[in-house]
Amino acid sequence: MLRRTLLSAVGATAAMLALSGVAMAQETVKIGLILPMTGPFASTGRQIEAAAKLYMQQKGDTVAGKKIQLIVKDDTGTADVTKRLAQELIVNDKIAVMAGFGLTPLALAPAPLATQAKVPEVVMAAATSTITEASPFIVRTSFTLPQATVPMADWAAQNGLKKVATLVSDYGPGIDAEKAFTAAFTAKGGQVENLRVPLANPDFSPFLQKVADAKPDALFVFVPSGIGAQFMKQFVERGLDKSGIKLIGPGDVTDDDLLNNMGDVALGAITTQHYSADHDSAENKAFVEAFKKANNGMRPNFMAVGGYDGMHLIYEGLKKTNGEGGQALVDAMKGMSWTSPRGPVSIDPQTRDIVQNIYVRKVERKNGELYNVEFATIPNVKDPVKAAKSN
Amino acid sequence: MQSTTAETVRTGLSRRGRWGLGEIAFWLVAAATLFFLPERHLILNEIAIIGLFALSLDLILGYAGIVSLGHAAFFGLGAYVAGILAKNGITDPLAGLVVAAIASAILGFVTSFLVLRGSDLTKLMVTLGVALVLGELANQMSWLTGGADGLQGISMGPILGLFEFDIFGTVAYAYSLVVTFVLFVLARRIVVSPFGLSLRSIRDNPLRARAVGIPVNRRLVAVYTLAAAYAGVAGGLLAQTTQFVSLDVLAFHRSADVMLVLVIGGVGYLYGGLIGAVVFKVLQDVLSAWTPQYWQFWIGLILVLLVLAGRERLTDKARFAVKRFFGRFKAQRTDAMPTTSAREI
Repeated sequence: MLRRTLLSAVGATAAMLALSGVAMAQETVKIGLILPMTGPFASTGRQIEAAAKLYMQQKGDTVAGKKIQLIVKDDTGTADVTKRLAQELIVNDKIAVMAGFGLTPLALAPAPLATQAKVPEVVMAAATSTITEASPFIVRTSFTLPQATVPMADWAAQNGLKKVATLVSDYGPGIDAEKAFTAAFTAKGGQVENLRVPLANPDFSPFLQKVADAKPDALFVFVPSGIGAQFMKQFVERGLDKSGIKLIGPGDVTDDDLLNNMGDVALGAITTQHYSADHDSAENKAFVEAFKKANNGMRPNFMAVGGYDGMHLIYEGLKKTNGEGGQALVDAMKGMSWTSPRGPVSIDPQTRDIVQNIYVRKVERKNGELYNVEFATIPNVKDPVKAAKSN
Repeated sequence: MQSTTAETVRTGLSRRGRWGLGEIAFWLVAAATLFFLPERHLILNEIAIIGLFALSLDLILGYAGIVSLGHAAFFGLGAYVAGILAKNGITDPLAGLVVAAIASAILGFVTSFLVLRGSDLTKLMVTLGVALVLGELANQMSWLTGGADGLQGISMGPILGLFEFDIFGTVAYAYSLVVTFVLFVLARRIVVSPFGLSLRSIRDNPLRARAVGIPVNRRLVAVYTLAAAYAGVAGGLLAQTTQFVSLDVLAFHRSADVMLVLVIGGVGYLYGGLIGAVVFKVLQDVLSAWTPQYWQFWIGLILVLLVLAGRERLTDKARFAVKRFFGRFKAQRTDAMPTTSAREI
C-alpha cells in the first residue's frame, strides 16, 4: 500500500517535471509571437512567422547588448487559447513584448492582460479600427479596414460607379469595411446594398446569387486573408466573372499569398491597400527576394509586411529604451517613422496606430504571374474612424 | 430469494462507493499541483475545466449510452450565460455558475425529448444540430454575445467576496479544481446509487431494463439534464476564469475534442474524463511548443496508435504489472475486493 502511494507520487513528480519549463538565466529580451499556425487562418501565421524570422536573420538577434529570443505559439485561431498563451508567456517566460494576433477577436482577448501587466502588444495583422483603443499598450503595424476602404469608395465614386453591392465577413473588420465604404460612397451620391457572410466556413454562393440578380455596377468584397481563393472560385461558379460586375474592395481578397493561384478570374479586380509584393521600391525588391529565398518561393503578402515592420518597430523601440520594456517601450514606439517595404510609414503618437500610404491597384499579369499593380497613391492615410473621433 | 438479491446489490453498491487509495492519491496529487506547479496553473485550470466537461459527457455516454456530437451546446450556453451575467454587473462567480448550470439544465431537459427518439445515428445528428443552431444564434445575436468578435469586457468579482482572480491563474485554478472536485464527488455518489445502476442496465439493454420495470425514458431525461448542467458549469468556469467568451465555445471541435478526451481516458469510468483531459492537454502543450505548425499531425498519429493498440489493453497491462509488483502484499486481499470496483466508478 505504502509503495503504491509512493509509486503514484513518483509518477506525479515526473509529470510535473515534464510540465514545468526550463528557466533561462541569460540576459535576454523575449518576444512572444502568438499566431494562428493551424486551422483556417494558418496562412496568416505562416506569413508573419516567416517575416519575423527573416527580420531577425537579417538584423541579428542582439539589440542594445541584449539577446532577442522569439517564442512562437500556435493559438489555433481560438481567442481563449490566445489569452491563455499570452498569460503564460507573461507570467512564466516574462516576455517583454507580445506580438502577432491574426484576427480581431484574437487581438482583443489579451488586451486586458497587456494593460494589467504593462506588456506592449504589437498587433501585426488584425485590422478592426477599435483594437488600439482596447489597451494603451497596443501598437499596430498592420492597417485598419477603414483606412484601406475609404480610398476605395472615393475611387469608385470618381470612376463613375453608381450602384455597388458589398459582401463582407460578419465580424469586426468586415463590419468596419462595410460601414466605412457605405458612408463614404453614399456621401458621394452612390447607392449601396449590404450583404454579410459568416466568418467561419463561409459559403458565398447564395450571396453571390443575390448579387447576380441585383446587377450592381460593382461588387465590394472583404474576406480575411486566406479566404480569397475560396471566394474567387465561387465567384466564377456563379458566372459573375462574365456578368460585367466589377470586383472591388480592400486588398484582402486579392491577397498576394493566394493571388497567383486564383487564375485569370482575378484579372482586372481593383483593390486599395497598403502593400503589394509588386510595390516598386528598392526596399521592397530586397524584401521580396529575401523572403522568397528563405521560404521556398512563397510570396510575401500584407501579413508578412506587418510582421516584418512589427519586428522592426520592436527592435528600434528596444534600441531607444536600451532593452527596457513596459511603458517606456510603448512611448519609444509612439511617433516612430521608417521606410518599410510598403513605403513610408509612421506610428501615430495619439492613437498608436499606423499611418501609411494607401495604393490603388489592379490585378495584372506580369512576367507570367498575377500581381496587384499599383497605379495611384493616397499618401499618409490615418485611420479615418479614429481621426473622425478626435475632431 | 428476493431479499438476498437486494442484499447483494446493496452491499455491492456500498462497496463500490468506498474510496480507493488510488483515488485519494489522484486528488492529493491534483491538490499538490496547486502548490508545486505555480507556473502551470493556467493550463491546469484549462485541464480541470475540460476534465469536468468530459466527466459530464461520460455521465450520458459512458453510463447511459447516449451518444452525442453536440455536447458543446451546453458548455457554450453555460459560458455565455456566465459571461453575460458578469458583463451586466452580476460579478459573483458562484452565482454565475449556478445560473449557468440552471440555464444549461433547462436546455438539456428540453432537448432531451428530441434526443430520446430514434437510433444512435439520429441522436448524433440531433445533438449536432442543436449545437449548430445555438452557434448560429450566438453569431447572429451579436448585440448580446459580441458575435464573432467575442464577448468583451467581462470583469469578475472575488470568489465568496474573498479571493480575487490573479494574473498567475492560481485562484482560477483552485476555483476550477474545487468545483470539479465537488461535482465529481456528487457524480461518484450518483453512479453508485441505485439510480446509477439502473442507468447502466439501460445502457446495456434498454429493452430488458424496461421489462424489469425501470422507467427508461424518465431516467434518461434525468441524466441528460444533469449532464447538461455539468457541462454548463464547465463552460461557466471557462468564461469566468478566462474572462472572455468567443463563438468557439459552441463550435463543433469542442464537442469532438471532449469526445476525444473521453476516449483517451476511458468511457464509463469517472476518472476517464479527468485523466484524458490531463493526457490530451499536456500532449497538446508539449507538442505545440515543440512544433507550432505541425503538432496536429503528431497528436493525430498518437491518437491512431492509441486506438489501434487499445487503451484498455494498455491500462490493463499497466494494472497487471502493478498487481504483480505488489502481488506479495496483496495476495490475500485481491479475492476479497470485487474486481469491477475501480473500473466502474
